[in-house]
Formats: sequence, structure tokens, C-alpha cells
Amino acid sequence: MNWLAWKMLTGDRTKYLGIVFGVAFGTLLIAQQASIFVGLMRRTSSQIIDITSADIWVMDQRQRNVDDIRPMPDSRLGRVRGVTGVEWAVRLSKSMIRVRTLNGDFTQGILVGVDDASFTGAPLEMLQGHHADLRRPDGVILDFDGYRQLFPGEPVTVGRVLDMNDRRAVVVGICRVTPPFQTFPVIYTRYSQAVQFMPPQRNTLSFILARAERGQQPQKLARRISRQTGLKALTWDEFFWLNIGYYIENTGIPVNFGITVTLGFIVGGAIAGQTFYLFTLENLRQFGSLKAMGVTNFRLIGMILLQASIVGIMGYGIGLGGSALFFELMERSGQADLRGMWVPWQVAVIAAAAVGVIIVLSSLLSLRRVLVLEPAMVFR
Amino acid sequence: MTSASGPAVCCRGVTKEFGSGEAQVRALRGIDVDIQYGQMTLLVGPSGCGKTTLISIMAGLLDPSAGEVSLLGCNLRSLAGSRLVRFRAEHIGFVFQQYNLLPSLTAVENAAVPLIIRGMRRSQAIERALELITEVGLRDRAQALPAQLSGGQQQRVAIARALVHEPRLLVCDEPTAALDAQSGRTVMNLIRRVTVRSDRAVIVVTHDNRVFDLADRIIAMSDGLIDLTATESEQSVLRNHQQRTTENHA
Repeated sequence: MNWLAWKMLTGDRTKYLGIVFGVAFGTLLIAQQASIFVGLMRRTSSQIIDITSADIWVMDQRQRNVDDIRPMPDSRLGRVRGVTGVEWAVRLSKSMIRVRTLNGDFTQGILVGVDDASFTGAPLEMLQGHHADLRRPDGVILDFDGYRQLFPGEPVTVGRVLDMNDRRAVVVGICRVTPPFQTFPVIYTRYSQAVQFMPPQRNTLSFILARAERGQQPQKLARRISRQTGLKALTWDEFFWLNIGYYIENTGIPVNFGITVTLGFIVGGAIAGQTFYLFTLENLRQFGSLKAMGVTNFRLIGMILLQASIVGIMGYGIGLGGSALFFELMERSGQADLRGMWVPWQVAVIAAAAVGVIIVLSSLLSLRRVLVLEPAMVFR
Repeated sequence: MTSASGPAVCCRGVTKEFGSGEAQVRALRGIDVDIQYGQMTLLVGPSGCGKTTLISIMAGLLDPSAGEVSLLGCNLRSLAGSRLVRFRAEHIGFVFQQYNLLPSLTAVENAAVPLIIRGMRRSQAIERALELITEVGLRDRAQALPAQLSGGQQQRVAIARALVHEPRLLVCDEPTAALDAQSGRTVMNLIRRVTVRSDRAVIVVTHDNRVFDLADRIIAMSDGLIDLTATESEQSVLRNHQQRTTENHA
């Protein structure tokens, strides 16, 4: 009977492909848009993602996310180092800076000042140069996408001179970073150097990065730091999700993507469901004949569910593959806008669940028609 | 349970009503009839006289509103739900007016469907179906799809499908209605030749009085009742009756 179900389904090629297309379209929209949403949300925490050596981020009590910088006096560093359980703590500055491009225009850049001694906070993946090159006068490390933005069409090489806030900077390294939410160049330098690039201000300390001693639980240590210093101390995980939560609650991004994902579900479901129902209607006499010839309702249910499952699996595979291909092509094209995004397994599972719902609803409509069908109708 | 002695189908006081109240229609009004093994019985009458309703009840596709039906020795009331469905699958073959072949299956695959329904392996079922396809003269068209066959050829495939599982009762509803006169005659000759045997009963519902000579017995109906039963030798009586009935309905 499985073979019969398969032959009935694939015999009408137009409808079969129409149903598969509907499911694939819905899957593609859901998976692609949800993945872009996840990718964008990750980008809001790009600086957090790129610093993996620290367990704990310490910041001003009022700070709400990684971009909402409330500069602290440098003396806060000593307080954090004095908390029991802290193996080490270093300074990190983060600020926006004005950078002049090759053609004389200005653009914003993200300036990150890492610890002078340990370079904690420096980029993980170096394409050219080394962290130690930051010791050279006016040395900065520039991210690859930022380099192409500032020097379009030019060969990627160290030694370029930048104008940052009317001060000279020399590119001593090229790195690859997690693309930031705002596609600005990301520029790393020593903390002491960053202070000189920034506009003059009383306090320049953005974050204190801390590591827990062996055997210390980072979460407990973070609570202890908060109690003893009066600062906000969060584990890497806590800060990551706090940051994302801020953007989810305070921007229209989730609503916008949510609408698109919902539309994908509705449109895909409508195409698949309607086409599947039409397929059943057009085969009603055949189903009636099968009933007359002795096929039970139970077996008919099995046939229809099998047909629905086949188109569901095929459509899901095509849609998911299409999404993955889209991100692969974006990666290869070098487009910074969508670089570094992929289809997380959680999104694939959600898309599969959505396809499951589409298939079940489509099947129910068709099943109802077939189950109430009187076999005697074939005599009319 | 089933036996080639005694009638294949026995109806006593069979009544069928559709709807209720003022809209109620009495399609059958107390039918008493026996269908014998080894015979081709034609069920004739004007449109709306209850022929299709009667064969639907005889084949277990409809429940009577009243009366008793015995099918191949089984009281239909004792068969219900899936038991009745399985009974049909094993013992009854159908030939429909519109053929009702599955369009995506070849001729031999269509003929094999009843065996596949009964759980036979596909290769085995197709092998058996090929014998029937050959018997109905379509060996060279066994791999053709229904859309590639003429009406008469499609009906021959349907006959092969109806016989492939060796049913004890064959029910044919207007098998020649969608065919031209020559094709219709060919199909009826084929039904006569390959379906009738001592352990099988064949019922054919038809309007076409040109095929009366092929029948062993003819039952004429009108307005939900059996008017007349004629054997082969009483064809002229039957034709006169038909003419009168047609005039009355006009």
C-alpha cells in the first residue's frame, strides 16, 4: 500500500511538485529569516563572543548592554583584583571613533583597547601580524572586513597608515572577528594607546575582564565581585544573553523577523495545504474505488499520512538546503552584511516542527474528505 | 461459510430509504431476489428505479433500511466495519462504469491492485495480474497507462482487476455505458466469456437491451420493485416490458 500511495502521489507531477514547492518555500523563509535574526542577535554580542579568555565581565552598575558604555575610573580595577577568587583582572576600553577612509571620507569605527601587558581581549584569529606588534608606536590591528571598507580594492597588507580622530595610526596586523551588528571597522590597540585616540574624557575604563581561580565557580565569583565592589559583574554567558535580551526587548527587530517567519509559515502552509487538498479531491473516485475494493479507513489514513510525509520531508530538505546554500554563497561572496551567519540546529528543528504542523493540517483536511466518503459513490 | 450451492446473494424484504420526512425517497420497496452461482444476471430498468442502490446493498457498500441480505452464505448484519471491508476485499470484484483506474499505474499494475490490498507482494501480484491482462487480450498493452488506452481497453483492464483475486461475486455497474456499441458488445462478450463459472455469480447493471442475449437471467426493476424476471428464452417478453416502462416514465 505504501507503493500505491507513492505512485498516486507522484503520478500527478504538477500537484506533487506544487506541494513540495509550498513546503520548501515555507521552510526556506522560516529557516533563512530565523537564521538571519539569530545571526544579527549574535552580532550584537560580537565583542563578547570574541573574548573567550575572561570568565567575568565587570562594568558600571547602570550599564545595560555591551554598547551602552558608562566609563569607570581606573581605580575600579584594583577593587576587582582585591576580591578573593579572582585569578587576574585587566582593563578593556571600547568606544566609537572617527576614521578617515582612503578617499578622504569619514566613517565610524569601533576602537577596542586591550590590556597592555597581556593583550587580553585581542582578536583570536590573526591573518597578518601578531598581538605583540601592538607594542610598536601607534600600532593598531584592523579587522579584515574593516580593512576592505577603509581601503576598497587595495591589497590587504600591514603597514597602512590610518587617520583616527586626527591622530596617526599604523596597521600592524589584520585579523578576522565576529562581524559586529553595525558593520563598522573594528580596531584593536593597547589600552594606553586607545586612551590617546579617544576624545579627551575623565574616565576611560569600559570593562574589567576577570578570570576565576581554578575551582572557583564563575557565577558565584561574579556575585561576590558585585557585592564587594558595587559594580555589575556578569559571567560571559550572562552578559551574552543580557545583551541579546536588550536588543530583543528594545528594538523592532524581533517583531519584523517574526512577521516574516509567520508569513513564510502561512504562505507555505496555504500553498501546500491547498494543493494537497486539491490532489485528494481529484483522486476522490480512486479513493472510493479503493474503499469499495476493500481498503480500510485505517489504511487510507496511513496512505495519506505517508503522502504528506513524503512531500514534507522533500520540501523541508529542499528548503533547508536552500537556506544553507544562501548563507554559503553570502560567505563566499565576501558580503560583510550576512557574513558569518549560518542555519543553527535549533532553527532547523523549529523549521521541522513548522513543516510538521503544515503537513498535519494539510492531511487533516484531506483525511476528513476521504474518511467520510461512501464507497457506494463510485457507482454514481 | 461460503458455498457454491444455494444462491450467491439472497435478498428478502430489502428496503432502502434516503433522507427523512417529506424529503424521504424510497429507493427500494421490499425486494425479494436470489442471484445464482454460475449465471450472469442482468439488472435492468429505467434510471432511478433502484438498480444501483440494490447492487450497492448486495455488494455490502450500503446498509439496507430494512430486510435481510445474505451474501455468499453470510448474513450481512453479522459482518460490520473492518470485517465487512475484508470480506469485500476477498470475495467481491467490481467493474465500474467510469473504470476508476488509477491514472499513474500501468494496466498490469492496476489489475494487481486487489492483490496488493490483500497483502500479496507486489512482484507476485503483478505476475498474477499479467495472466489476467493476457486473458482479456491486452498483453501487448500491459505497460501502458490508462490515458494511453481506449475506453474499451480501460474497461478490459478493469475486468482483469475485478477478477484477479478470484472473487465469488462480480458486480458490474453499467460497464458499457461509456463505450460505443461495438466496444460495448466486445466488453460484454468478454465478461460473458471470462467471468462466468460455476462458483461465481455475476451481476451486471445495464440499460443496453442489445446485450440481453448474453444473459442467463434478467431482472427488470421499476420504482424500487422487481417487475419481472426473465430467462434467456423470454427475451421478447422482457423487451415489451421495457418498452412499456420507458413510455410510462416519459
